[in-house]
Amino acid sequence: MSDADRPTDDVSIDDDDQDDAFEPIQVFPEGGETDLRPGADDCYKCSTCDTNCPVAEVDDEFPGPKFQGPEQWRLKRQEDHDIDESVMKCSNCMRCDSACPSSVPLSQMHNTARGEYVEERMDKLSREYVRNRILANYRRLAPLAAAFPRTTNVVMGLSATQWLGEKVLGITSQREFPEFATETFREWWAKRGGNATSKKRAREARVASDATHPSDHASGTSSREQTERGGAKVENPDKRVAYFHGCYSNYNTPEVAKALVRVYEHFGYEILVPDQHCSGTPMFANGMLADARRSAETNVRELGAALEEGADIVASCSSCSMSLRQEYPELFDIAGIEDVAANTWDAVEYLRVHEDLERALEGTSVGDEFDDFAYHAPCHARNQGLDGQTVELLERIDGVEAHDVGDSCSGISGTYGWKAENYETSMKIGSEMFEHMNDADAAQGLTECPTCSMQMEHGTGYEITHTLEVLAAALVGPDAEARAQ
Amino acid sequence: MAIEDDVLVVGGGLAGATAALAAARGDVRVRLISHRQSTLRHASGLIDVLGYAPTGEGPLADPFSAIPDLPDGHPYERVGLEAVREALELFDAVAGDAYDGAHTDANALVPTHGGTVKPTARYPTATAPGLASADGDALLVGFETLPDFDAPLAAAHLEAAGVPFDARGVTVRFPGIGRDDAKITRYAHLLDRDEVVETAAGETGARAALAETVRPHLGDEPRVGFPAILGDERAADVRRDLADRLGVDVFEVPMGPPSLPGMRLEDLLYDAVADAGVRVTTGVPVVDYETDAAETGAAGPERIERVIVDRNGSAIPHRAEQYVLATGGLVGKGVQSDRERVHEPIFDCHVPHPADRYDWFVDDVFGDQPYARFGVPVDRALRPLDADDAPEFANLHAAGAVLGGYDFAAEKSGGGVSLATGYVAGRRAAEECQ
Ligand SMILES: Cc1cc2nc3c(=O)[nH]c(=O)nc-3n(C[C@H](O)[C@H](O)[C@H](O)COP(=O)(O)OP(=O)(O)OC[C@H]3O[C@@H](n4cnc5c(N)ncnc54)[C@H](O)[C@@H]3O)c2cc1C
Ligand code: SF4
Ligand code: SF4
Repeated sequence: MSDADRPTDDVSIDDDDQDDAFEPIQVFPEGGETDLRPGADDCYKCSTCDTNCPVAEVDDEFPGPKFQGPEQWRLKRQEDHDIDESVMKCSNCMRCDSACPSSVPLSQMHNTARGEYVEERMDKLSREYVRNRILANYRRLAPLAAAFPRTTNVVMGLSATQWLGEKVLGITSQREFPEFATETFREWWAKRGGNATSKKRAREARVASDATHPSDHASGTSSREQTERGGAKVENPDKRVAYFHGCYSNYNTPEVAKALVRVYEHFGYEILVPDQHCSGTPMFANGMLADARRSAETNVRELGAALEEGADIVASCSSCSMSLRQEYPELFDIAGIEDVAANTWDAVEYLRVHEDLERALEGTSVGDEFDDFAYHAPCHARNQGLDGQTVELLERIDGVEAHDVGDSCSGISGTYGWKAENYETSMKIGSEMFEHMNDADAAQGLTECPTCSMQMEHGTGYEITHTLEVLAAALVGPDAEARAQ
Repeated sequence: MAIEDDVLVVGGGLAGATAALAAARGDVRVRLISHRQSTLRHASGLIDVLGYAPTGEGPLADPFSAIPDLPDGHPYERVGLEAVREALELFDAVAGDAYDGAHTDANALVPTHGGTVKPTARYPTATAPGLASADGDALLVGFETLPDFDAPLAAAHLEAAGVPFDARGVTVRFPGIGRDDAKITRYAHLLDRDEVVETAAGETGARAALAETVRPHLGDEPRVGFPAILGDERAADVRRDLADRLGVDVFEVPMGPPSLPGMRLEDLLYDAVADAGVRVTTGVPVVDYETDAAETGAAGPERIERVIVDRNGSAIPHRAEQYVLATGGLVGKGVQSDRERVHEPIFDCHVPHPADRYDWFVDDVFGDQPYARFGVPVDRALRPLDADDAPEFANLHAAGAVLGGYDFAAEKSGGGVSLATGYVAGRRAAEECQ
């Protein structure tokens, strides 16, 4: 396929907001019987899940995952029981999922129960519902804020705004709203020439790599290693990934998204940036299943199309990849959803498996840009088996190290810690992480989840970086983009 | 491209963690992959080596003198007495002053939450002041909201079991706990963080409030036992604080699942594993393997080339020179049974069992259950054996509850077997890396 054949990516920021305009007080439209709870009978009441729940550990009012999942389900089947409102106290960290020795799909049960609770029991005119709907649909408001980032940042930072937020909407005034970037990632991507430029860059990188590292393909490596390691650089000229950047790295931290672009192009990948909605994570956590479904439909369609063009899907946010890979197929039945789930990867893990990322990092350095980090593995990375990855990779880079601050949950869990009623719980959960961060031999933080990063910064005052930014600094250098232009 | 290491341990329970630690002592790169959480979270945190002989004789005063008499095929017989001792040394180094019992070969008798006494080789320091052999009457304190420990009943059982001291039990309300089904982690967190709680006397820290609740019930007893919920990260501080406030020794009575001492032990092990430089991946299962069969033909046992980790549908290849299988027994899902057969799900290692399903168990639930011994048979290097007693693979070792030939629940040997076989499997795996 030539460049001319390639469909140009539509980078306008509000294109997909036109078809179904956001209306916060709209009554939960879709629904019907939600009965997505296979596996309840596998629970043998060992309570392992309960001992892993960070909310139950600090909040006496939360009955825990065993109750929210299998027990509530049994109750409901036996008598005419409504979903208990305590399900709204679950933060959707999904820790209970990986705890259960019997593979009971706890978070799927919680998501379903929350959906049913919101649909059937929540007053659609209540402050809580409106607030939750707004928090869950951050993606819908972000384009507005991003259009006037400076104004938004000032207004959101005003104490009057924060006071109003707390009084009117129940959004805690303790937190500072995340800043909006003056240029979104998609704006940057469009200015840079979109997918066509990426294709060109990737090709240049492949040529450059073959010229500077001919030894990759020569002696010293066995023939098997050769095909496995250096081989891909020349044998597959069509290395292609579709990037699911999610909302946060588009509107708030485009530097993370740009780092991904640099690292992938360095390895000779052509990057597609398909149209996309929110991954749905905040909607699941707020029981807004119909909203989540609409987003999922767009994402599955657009990402599915990229799959057909031979791209694999990569995400830089661990909650986004979790959502696409686990929650989508658990909750929705959309054509192609299994395919999208099975071909979605964490962006760093993808490179570890498809390239020799460790060897590429061996002996690199990041200069003065970064020092040692206090690293927190987000729950949603942990659940995907990615808990040790960042520490392992940074070991290869000279002069930086990531000190793991332990396995406690950060406590913010997306929109959870933004709600005034959860703020205290959220900080209690996070206290262990804050202490470990303060004890670690590092004054900067590192994580792959945007909301964990907010919480880390809020609790310690540390500046927080994303693993991809460190990898970009090591592999490409800090201002490669400037040099290349 | 696969993720590459020298030794890959599959399973993160006591056996897998020990194997990783032992392997990491060699000059090799070790990775541990564990799917779900291990049975340590259910276990009492006690390390039993051998409490009863397979014939039922016991409680045994000295487990080590009984080990040489174990039948052929028993995991201890496979690794030998010396390895059991070395494994315990490794454990003692990891546990440091969090555990007691290394000073003697004799089993200690630990009172349990049911009021029985259990022979064990290593026990948490928090348990030590409560040993049945220690002097002094004991007050046991239970909580209204924690029905798993009925202190008056446990005390009565202890006396009936003939302990050489008087035991008395009381039930009180735990200050700061409202709900009947609060999680044990909730109790531990309150005490760990000494959170402010509401009491009749106003607001105080949870530790002071608990001490004040217990004080009026304390007679002349020089020691007080609580269910094992006294803190998690700062358990030692909590216990010391309570002891100071009450002016007596404070101990914990090990509880049934889920168990904080088990979780604390898990933390100790994982800290040691991290310090040893082992790379850890959790939350994803190993589901399949590939061998070099195509290259080498049929001569000798096959080598495992790589294993496949399932990450929500994506297959992530992991390659190593040597592999350790430590996936647990029927509880850990390392051995599975269906109506047709009993099998080991990753490598399909041979698991001997009667062809007729009705021979897998006996009618008496407390009888000698054949299924309790189901597991993988191994040679003395702990390599799984096929039906013809030949190694299944050249580079696979097995350890822990996945092994057959012993009944950990009846023998009280679970922790010891996991340690000893994990130690030997890990050490051999490291030695055999070319
Ligand atoms: C309720 C209970 C109480 C006990 N009490 C005591 C006691 O008081 N004293 C004592 O000494 N012993 C006790 N034991 C026994 C002891 O805990 C076990 O015998 C021993 O710890 C087994 O350890 P293991 O590492 O072999 O297996 P497990 O602890 O079962 O660990 C197996 C691990 O492998 C993982 N795994 C399984 N399949 C895969 C896969 N495909 N890929 C990746 N990972 C996988 C599992 O998720 C798990 O983490 C008790 C056991 C139970 C169940
Ligand atoms: S998802 Fe997290 S907060 Fe919710 S029940 Fe499970 S462990 Fe608890
Ligand atoms: S961990 Fe699984 S089996 Fe155990 S109580 Fe929770 S849901 Fe039930």
